[in-house]
Amino acid sequence: MIKAVPKPLEEIIDLVKDFHKVLIVGCDGCVTVCEAGGLKEVQVLGSSLRLYFTQAGQRMDIDETSLTRQCDQEYLDQLKDRIDHYEAVVSLACGCGVQYLAERYHDKIVYPGVDTCFMGVDLERGVYAERCQACGKCILANTGGICPIARCSKRMLNGPCGGSEKGKCEVNPEIDCGWQLIYDRLKILGQLDRFEQPVDPKDWATSRDGGPRKIVREDLRL
Amino acid sequence: MRLQYPTNIEIIKVPCTGKVDIIHLLLAFEEGADGVLVAGCLEGDCHYQAGNLRAKKRVQRVKEILDRVGLNAQRLEMYNLSAGMGTRFAEIAREMNARVLELGPSPIRLAKASKTMAKAA
Repeated sequence: MIKAVPKPLEEIIDLVKDFHKVLIVGCDGCVTVCEAGGLKEVQVLGSSLRLYFTQAGQRMDIDETSLTRQCDQEYLDQLKDRIDHYEAVVSLACGCGVQYLAERYHDKIVYPGVDTCFMGVDLERGVYAERCQACGKCILANTGGICPIARCSKRMLNGPCGGSEKGKCEVNPEIDCGWQLIYDRLKILGQLDRFEQPVDPKDWATSRDGGPRKIVREDLRL
Repeated sequence: MRLQYPTNIEIIKVPCTGKVDIIHLLLAFEEGADGVLVAGCLEGDCHYQAGNLRAKKRVQRVKEILDRVGLNAQRLEMYNLSAGMGTRFAEIAREMNARVLELGPSPIRLAKASKTMAKAA
């Protein structure tokens, strides 16, 4: 899922300080799972902002809500009857949600309340790690189920670089060398012969090299 | 035991401090509480395994928020004691009460009071 972290409170205070009616909108999707932008976080942010502006003697009405998803029009539509009551909206969704909310209500000021980080997994509660960079052409079948694009700092395709030492990456000794992980897994799977076949250069056109991407699934469209 | 402790403390019972969420503590301050004391079981003695350890983390988080919003983190504290430690409870109640008295009234309570008075006038 998409992983995000809450923005520092001071940053959000600075964004909304010139308004008097603000709506905080959470998202019940990915950011709820990583506890950055769900209803609970909306309530905590709302309460924190109310405490700040009350002690500062500034009038500030803050309302709170959360949508099933902010990356779908039908859920964003649920705000249409109330969004005009607010001068600004703080969205705690990922970058996709913030943008889609701003796109749906294009004359409304929309601020992000979280920093969207990456697509990853939960190692444990509060510890998240990147696993996919959405390159658009999955090669996991050939790399023992471990992605060299997401797990190797240099996105090498044919094995480790010279900076791999004792299974760790030269970028940061806390990072496992992606290619060491791939080697170890292929060894367990009895597929080390994969290293004898050079991999062709990757076609990055399916990644960001082709500009902003779009999927059109005609089989799903009406 | 007939122990004495300050009468200005309102006790809110919960099954375990693990039930106390960040928002509950913040709402107490929004309501105008001058201070909040979270009394949990002794560490390692939680009947629900880790309720008091979760509360400890949440109290820490709320302390950070209180400092950032212009209240004083000192207005919130967690203590660990068992149900059999009545004397200790009275002691920490007096301790927290003295601390809050020294800090003075919550700026939130003062702001709310002046707003009510302005409305009445």
